[in-house]
Amino acid sequence: MKKKNPTSIIGSRTARSDALAKVCGTEKFVADYMYDGMLHVAVIRSPVPHGELQGSNRRELEAMPGVVAVLFAEDIPGKNCIPVVLSDMPCLATGNVLYVGEPVGLIGAETPEAARKACAAARLDIRPLPAITDPEKSRDENAPKLYGDENVFTHLVMRSGDVQTAFQKASVIVEGTYRTPYQEHAYLEPQGMIATPEGDGAMKVTGSMQCPFYVQDAVAQVLGLPLAKVRIVQSTTGGAFGGKEDVPSFVATQAALVAHATGRSARLIYSREEDITTTSKRHPAVLHYRTAADKKGNLLAVEADYILDGGAYTTLSPVVLWRSIVHSVGPYRCPNIKVDARAVATNRVPCGAFRGFGSPQVLFAVESQMDRLADELGIEPAEFRRRNLLKSGDKTSTGQVLKDSVGSHQTLENALSAAGKAPEKKVSSSKRAGRGISTIFYGVGLGAGGEHLARTGATVQILRDGSAVFSVGTTEMGQGMRTALGQIVAEALGIPFERVQMTATDTSRVPDSGPTVASRATTMSGNALLSACKPIRETLFAVAAPLLNTTTDKLKLTQGQIESPSKTIPLQDVIDECFQRRENLAAEGWYRVEGTTFDKSTGQGDAYVTYAWSTNVVDIEVDTETGVVEVKRIFAAHDVGRAVNVSGVEGQIEGGSVQGMGYALMEDILSEDGVIRNPQFSTYIIPTAVDTPEIKPVIVEVPFEGGPFGAKGFGEQPLMGIAPAIANAISDAVGVRINELPLTPERVFAALNQKNKNED
Amino acid sequence: MKISFTLNGKPISRDVAPDKRLIDFLREDLGLIGTKEGCGKGECGSCTVLMDGEAVCSCLLLCAQVQGRHITTIEGVQSGNELHPVQQAFIETGAVQCGFCTPGFVMSSAALLEKNPEPNEDEIRRAVAGNLCRCTGYSKIVKGIRIAGKRMREKS
Repeated sequence: MKKKNPTSIIGSRTARSDALAKVCGTEKFVADYMYDGMLHVAVIRSPVPHGELQGSNRRELEAMPGVVAVLFAEDIPGKNCIPVVLSDMPCLATGNVLYVGEPVGLIGAETPEAARKACAAARLDIRPLPAITDPEKSRDENAPKLYGDENVFTHLVMRSGDVQTAFQKASVIVEGTYRTPYQEHAYLEPQGMIATPEGDGAMKVTGSMQCPFYVQDAVAQVLGLPLAKVRIVQSTTGGAFGGKEDVPSFVATQAALVAHATGRSARLIYSREEDITTTSKRHPAVLHYRTAADKKGNLLAVEADYILDGGAYTTLSPVVLWRSIVHSVGPYRCPNIKVDARAVATNRVPCGAFRGFGSPQVLFAVESQMDRLADELGIEPAEFRRRNLLKSGDKTSTGQVLKDSVGSHQTLENALSAAGKAPEKKVSSSKRAGRGISTIFYGVGLGAGGEHLARTGATVQILRDGSAVFSVGTTEMGQGMRTALGQIVAEALGIPFERVQMTATDTSRVPDSGPTVASRATTMSGNALLSACKPIRETLFAVAAPLLNTTTDKLKLTQGQIESPSKTIPLQDVIDECFQRRENLAAEGWYRVEGTTFDKSTGQGDAYVTYAWSTNVVDIEVDTETGVVEVKRIFAAHDVGRAVNVSGVEGQIEGGSVQGMGYALMEDILSEDGVIRNPQFSTYIIPTAVDTPEIKPVIVEVPFEGGPFGAKGFGEQPLMGIAPAIANAISDAVGVRINELPLTPERVFAALNQKNKNED
Repeated sequence: MKISFTLNGKPISRDVAPDKRLIDFLREDLGLIGTKEGCGKGECGSCTVLMDGEAVCSCLLLCAQVQGRHITTIEGVQSGNELHPVQQAFIETGAVQCGFCTPGFVMSSAALLEKNPEPNEDEIRRAVAGNLCRCTGYSKIVKGIRIAGKRMREKS
């Protein structure tokens, strides 16, 4: 690990390399590419939540003006399936449709209008079947069977200690049922892909995505092509948040099928309404929690039973459920645990990845329970957490012994000191102030649940003029990976940041590097890049040593020069000499994660290589006459190992906090009988600039030895603890506890009314 | 129909379908792709352009409505090679993440500072309340607008 030094670009506020093009509007997103002769694709979708497909007016559609291709399941040349975890979701429905919006057919047309018109004219003959549109009824005996015998995609458990005895011995026990809603990603750039047939029967697909290797796999399977004939190039991606993890595989196959059938480029850009109604969301959850402590304030036991609504197909639910159960006890020492978690099937849109990946739901329950226990015990919420918060050497709920980079307590203390004295309770005759806290953690990377994917590749090359170009298999989606990785290469090679260039992520440049999810890009690709820079540095040193009359072990590479103890030589001279001698200054890097484990029968194991830690302190005001909650300040402390780019880290904290605030207070998809009723930004409300409070990012750096320069991933964490902190603040302000998100004025007002009635 | 208007300071005259949306005319006919479509319903602000100095959603305007008007797009806010102060400040403060909403924010902010050179925090936030950003949490955008305003005042 390198020590901090003032000239290092690591830990700086380096401006993003893509900012100039983005402020000028010259950065090209997928919808900005136009090709001659390009076709436009529209998707024919199921109008019902459950039914048997019996036919269509295909011939009529084919005869419509401008229509070039009409495709249904029978036209798929390869396998009709989108490979995710269990590959149960077809590309185009065949037999039964399972949710409103399920893709059934495709139109390829000369203009977007012709494609839309044909799509609107499509008539599907569907015999309706009884549907499950309430996840709590999914496991009812008489519910229609959508998946297996019980409509359970995955059932995971966690068992440790003896819960029954612990509850008998406990001084205080609190019990509650918590409900959390769908959350829509609401990335500003809608889903989109362009597929272009290339020579030799190959297919190139360009578009907005997080996971090019997932898309490659899907397109190859659906078209029946070898992976070698499918090339995926990421275009600049306008936000993702998990929403572009598995969904782009669907979009890409839809475009690629039309391109394959017609031999022409085919473009598909989802409308906002199509995007909101038919693509993945955060799983709604229903969670029963029972938590116990002894009279000294030690957490004794957690018993939980919860469901996530997986929707109509498994997609990512098994791994979302896995992350959720690993986080289901929170960042605390707890000797007795019994958790049962199930992802259930419904006739609703399949849920998938969203920043936090199953953990915001459980953390809302855990952190609400912690405050209730503290209240029962008469201990301050912060103090109660201090007593139970994991530290180095402790065992997590999965039995993992924590080693390095455990900044849990630092985040707690630093957040508290940044927040200072709590505001006075009484603000005005109707307004009351309150403060809430949450302490959380985040397993960095894919963990044992995805260890088979936990590898990344990279290539680095120094060019003749001393600039450097690199490629990675992970993606920039707005989070700032490109800049952070550029800094890492600049630091490793002593080359100015401005002379380091990342190529667009492209499956033909680096080996399958897994998905860009789980806050893994900076750490994983950073490590792969460092492994690629190593042989290049060795070559530079081998060439420089005789020029400096010394041996390689005495050399140091700093910005622009190589130093021996007695003299220095400009890096460019060494590079020139390398080119003169025809030395190779290009290398490939590879990094894989080892050593994560998980026993499915007990839920025990070393689940993740390391954890990020966070404490949020939130100050709010509640208007008791209207139920409106206004967030005034968020103090968000995050242990990130090492901040590669301080401005980027702050950006993740600020953006994630606001997304978490939206989840807490306003965001809710209204689904009636499986139909989404608010598929637009005027009805699905996300925070605007006037809703957002002052946010104070507090960066804690406890280096992680396995990360580049000590960094560890944390991009999801800023969202995860905001909702419970706000719920806890409401309880502090007005003495009501609301167990269901979002904490709308209606819910707060109703809870206040109930409280007043009870007191009368 | 033939429409004539001023685009980024230069007169333009074209035959277009009267029901063509301004955003489509800009992007498809003129290749001005800096104006982005995020919702097509005037709800996200990504397609913001200036019409006679006012920030408007180009997805809600038909070409016929811009006859005789002055339209400025993201491609027209720079003066020569010099970035608009808002663009420069956005780079420096880290106001850009995915960048899809950024051109719209630049336009709304430029319109604000043109009319109100010294906006307070509340006025800044209200001026961009019609622009959605899902990445940044708005803090660095607001800071960027404040800095740009200060620089513009110092310059004038």
